[in-house]
Amino acid sequence: MTESTHGALTPVLTDTWDAEQGWKLDTYAAKGGYDALDTAFAMRPDDVITAVKDSGLRGRGGAGFPTGMKWSFIPQDNPKPKYLVVNADESEPGTCKDIPLMMGNPHVLVEGVIISSYAIRANKAFIYIRGEVVHVIRRVQAAVAEAYAAGHLGKDIHGSGYDLDVVVHAGAGAYICGEETALLEGLEGRRGQPRLRPPFPAVAGLYASPTVINNVESIASVPAIIRNGADWFASMGTEKSKGHGIFSLSGHVERPGQYEAPLGITLAELLDLAGGIRQGHQLKFWTPGGSSTPLLTADHLDVPLDFEGVGGVGSMLGTRALQIFDETVCVVRAVLRWTEFYKHESCGKCTPCREGTWWLVQALTRLENGQGSEADLDQLLDQCDNILGRSFCALGDGATSPISSSIQHFRDEYLAHLSHGGCPFDPARSTAWAGQEVTAS
Amino acid sequence: MTTTPERTATGAVEKTDLVTVTIDGVQVSVPKDTLVIRAAEQVGVQVPRFCDHPLLAPVGACRQCLVDVPDAGNGRGFPKPQASCTLPVAEGMVVNTQVTSPVADKAQQGVMELLLINHPLDCPVCDKGGECPLQNQAMSNGRGESRFSDDRNRGVKRTFPKPINLSPTVLLDRERCIVCQRCTRFAEEIAGDPFIALVERGAQQQIGIAEDAPFLSYFSGNVIQICPVGALTSERYRFRSRPFDLVSSPGITEHDASGAAIRVDHRRGAVMRRQAGDDPAVNEEWITDKDRFAFTYAQGDDRLAYPQVRDQDDPAGRLRPASWPEAFAVAARGLAAARAAGGVGVLTGGRLSVEDAYAYAKFARVALGTNDIDFRARPHSAEETAFLGSRVALTGPASGAVTYGDLETASTVVLVGLEVEDEAGTIFLRLRKSVLAGGTEVVALAPFTTRGMEKLSARLVATAPGAEPAALAGLSGELDATSVILVGERLAAVPGALTAAASLADATGARLAWVPRRAGDRGAVEAGCLPTLLPGGRPVADPGARVDTATAWGVDHLPETEGRDADAIVAALVAGELGGLVVAGVDPADTTDPAATRAAVEAAGFVVAFDLRRTAVTDRADVVFPVAPTSDKAGTFVNWEGRVRSWEAALHNPSSLPELRALSGIADELAALGQGSRLGFRTVAEARAEMAQLGPWDGERLPLVEVRAPASLETEGESEVSRLVAGAPRTSTTDTRLLSSWKLLLDNGVMQDGDKYLKATARIPVAVVSPADFDAFGPTVTLTGDRGSITLAAEIADDLAPGVVWVPANSVGGGILADLASPGSPVTISGAEGVHG
Repeated sequence: MTESTHGALTPVLTDTWDAEQGWKLDTYAAKGGYDALDTAFAMRPDDVITAVKDSGLRGRGGAGFPTGMKWSFIPQDNPKPKYLVVNADESEPGTCKDIPLMMGNPHVLVEGVIISSYAIRANKAFIYIRGEVVHVIRRVQAAVAEAYAAGHLGKDIHGSGYDLDVVVHAGAGAYICGEETALLEGLEGRRGQPRLRPPFPAVAGLYASPTVINNVESIASVPAIIRNGADWFASMGTEKSKGHGIFSLSGHVERPGQYEAPLGITLAELLDLAGGIRQGHQLKFWTPGGSSTPLLTADHLDVPLDFEGVGGVGSMLGTRALQIFDETVCVVRAVLRWTEFYKHESCGKCTPCREGTWWLVQALTRLENGQGSEADLDQLLDQCDNILGRSFCALGDGATSPISSSIQHFRDEYLAHLSHGGCPFDPARSTAWAGQEVTAS
Repeated sequence: MTTTPERTATGAVEKTDLVTVTIDGVQVSVPKDTLVIRAAEQVGVQVPRFCDHPLLAPVGACRQCLVDVPDAGNGRGFPKPQASCTLPVAEGMVVNTQVTSPVADKAQQGVMELLLINHPLDCPVCDKGGECPLQNQAMSNGRGESRFSDDRNRGVKRTFPKPINLSPTVLLDRERCIVCQRCTRFAEEIAGDPFIALVERGAQQQIGIAEDAPFLSYFSGNVIQICPVGALTSERYRFRSRPFDLVSSPGITEHDASGAAIRVDHRRGAVMRRQAGDDPAVNEEWITDKDRFAFTYAQGDDRLAYPQVRDQDDPAGRLRPASWPEAFAVAARGLAAARAAGGVGVLTGGRLSVEDAYAYAKFARVALGTNDIDFRARPHSAEETAFLGSRVALTGPASGAVTYGDLETASTVVLVGLEVEDEAGTIFLRLRKSVLAGGTEVVALAPFTTRGMEKLSARLVATAPGAEPAALAGLSGELDATSVILVGERLAAVPGALTAAASLADATGARLAWVPRRAGDRGAVEAGCLPTLLPGGRPVADPGARVDTATAWGVDHLPETEGRDADAIVAALVAGELGGLVVAGVDPADTTDPAATRAAVEAAGFVVAFDLRRTAVTDRADVVFPVAPTSDKAGTFVNWEGRVRSWEAALHNPSSLPELRALSGIADELAALGQGSRLGFRTVAEARAEMAQLGPWDGERLPLVEVRAPASLETEGESEVSRLVAGAPRTSTTDTRLLSSWKLLLDNGVMQDGDKYLKATARIPVAVVSPADFDAFGPTVTLTGDRGSITLAAEIADDLAPGVVWVPANSVGGGILADLASPGSPVTISGAEGVHG
């Protein structure tokens, strides 16, 4: 998985993945795991928040909101209990960092939960894990049980007087529950649909109490910041995007996998680490951070993969889910598959997303089949314009990203479908076994 | 003295709470927290909307109301269009709606287009077509041509099998639904019956019910009215009419004392449906299902259409049709004879308009020369008569009586002898609003926690029937001037209860209001349909009041002695002391003693009956006059607040006359016979003018007659209770239970006849018993009282007051007064034979 020998990589979260039974508490502890707890407990909670602020850690779930600032929004004079909720509902097409992280190193998440909860003065934390990944749920449950047994959780942790209980909650399989307020609804046992904001979760979140919701990787990054200091973390990355992050390379690369590197690394560098595009092919397009981030092309190989760099070329860093597609892939086909996903996952609450995804799939299907005219492309873009920024939450926005970006970069390919009377690509050529087929003769 | 500084203070607060925003270039100041969509209305801009409803919490689901906000008040604008239904105003905010902003206009057109892609184009057969917010706003804020289903693009619409029943009255066509969630939010936020909810997701998202739980709510019809598309339709109205063929006339509900505003939609002389009227001071925009659906009682085959007289030439003495003048003459002759034979009693019932009630009150005094008149067709008492005269008559919002608005500001509302969800649904909704807003605690003196009380988070003071006076006295430490006590008419049957309520109010400063069940009850008090009161709250016993009234009426004198109440009229008829009876729509089954009332009608020498429909009473009457239903005449109800609620006739039916016209005709004939004097008015307008001229009494009010609760009842109840609690071996005496009862909103009432769908939503009648009684006698129990016995399935109430059993008053057989027990008397409980060993 990780290539710890290469200079560009900064294995922190992924450091123990290659250890024998790296997910066990003993393995984690042997590498200094849970030592940061005592460091944190020796600090005042506000100082922990300050340290995280100073580190420059920004939310790793895609939006990139400064984590320490989010924590400081919790009104400490509110008499209600505070809650930490870890968003582990990783469901975005292409995104595959939190689930391997929880498989490979669940204890770094648990340790992060403890320190983060201490900082915001929560005595109860929830880890909301996507329901389909039962193996991951079991692994995190086991890790939490180990942590309880070792005295890292429960009453008076490490003699600090601080109490924390952690609940591992299994979702029921809805992409929308990765949206933080829908996640809270789901956690409360309600229908998973996003809530009206304000009030924001920091003021009235879970059970109408002040709540911090953070991504798995954000929380897991906290122990190292406490252990090594904010400066250590801030020394990595770029000016406004500090620290390390997991880059998930998938698709047509020689060695797909998780590459933990400083923010600001480029795709070109990552491709070097991953052995390049698969033999005999060239990069055609890629997503920087999952299917909801606008597509980029070979022109963007040297874009620094940080929040500003990717934003500067009209996309978003997102979850650093780099899906790599070579020239064998039909962009229309890929976009249609993604759009079908959004249609399937639209929660139904608001009109643009609910009805818009229904329509987009039909419009794209016609185009893939070579029906229609160039005017339909403009109509498709107009539909996207009527959804983007009009829907209740970001799901609808995300549904339009692959469509509008693909038309921007590959308009000719859409038109080729029309002139060809269907898809000019052979989908078999993009499979992993392309060229290795066994013929009957 | 104290109001002036308060007013200034309030004014100052209001001034600082105003926020000035600029909408489409027009500056407007609105109260803080006003939503942009409503601030826009202030400048005359209607932003299109579906999910938004002023009485429901904002949800922001449909996205139709997007507007451009170039300045949120902080100098920065929103990058994306904002939903104006969820965005509160801020000082200095600049909003551009579809009127001035191409961005907002395109956003709205885009959402509208999306709403329509899966919406069927069945407007020509849809009930909503013609009054449909989707149809209307698609015209005003949408494109004329579809880009989804033109020849080139032919999209596939989502479809569902047609329609599904959410309840017997409410149907759902899912493909028309735009899932704005108005209905589910109403069910949860307003009615408290969340039996409809969103199911599935994405484009398949729909409104659904659980398999075994239909949308049974007393207020379910409101969701049909607030549905902004034709997704929710009424089983009764579906496919019956088009909105543009309907004439809408404002009306007032005749089913309860709420005074709820309704809208009567009629076509070619027939009422097709009824909708809630919009009256923020009374019912806001909600009505009960009874107010909405129960109107077919006036459309049945048994509706009386012409006067009838008993045929003197027919050996069998059957009724035959008669002209109005003949009927007047026959009635006058008979009443004159009856008056000579001891006098005539007048029972008016609780359904009259004030104008008609006034006509009866005057008719009794000037034409029949009697004070023997009573509107109470239910158990009543002398204590209640005095209470009505001293505490109820002449009160109203203008004189500081309790109002709906006061329920929202009260700290505590005490309910006694009143189950608001069943007996006053509009009050229930207002109380629930107040409770959910967090300001009001409801305390219910009732035998057990009902479903309605649960929805009000009410605190139960478990009270056995008869124990209300003691329970009221027990509240004296808790109430103050911010409290309200609502007493139901059922308290009349509990000696000392109304006295105790009045004392509690006097001792604590709490405000007191009397809530009768029927629409005409409160107005009948004002109109003088009581043996002790002349119109305008004038006491019969007060010579000045009599002179005042006689002068206004231009008669020499009025009968001086207080008359008989309804029970006494019945007794006097049976005893032959009274010679005749004028009876207006009284169902003997409702009265204190149904058998006695029937016997009185039989025994009366001459009976003039007024009724809408043929009944056992009209069959026995000597002259029968048809009466106009509320849709066919102008009238006025006075609601429980004392608020005057007038309406004009919706339909003009020449054979359907208000009772005052017939009474006027009879009085003319009587005057011609030398008996009494004329009424002096023939139309509702003339009656109103005369009532206005007479005005209210400004003299001494009737004193409250203090009645103490009989001590024996309490001690007897106590000992009974202690025996039960001690688990003493069951003997014949421990089978004795105190009977509690009230009428459910939907039951066997004759004014709910003719709508089988509504009837199917009624709650299943059960006997509510204690857990111990269920174990001993359940699951089906037989109750036996002094008038018969009934058998019902039993249901447990864990907090039932000891020694009590509850049954619905008019949901089985002929009602419990006829079939089970006399008011206040105990019953015995046993396991139903053949059901339980």
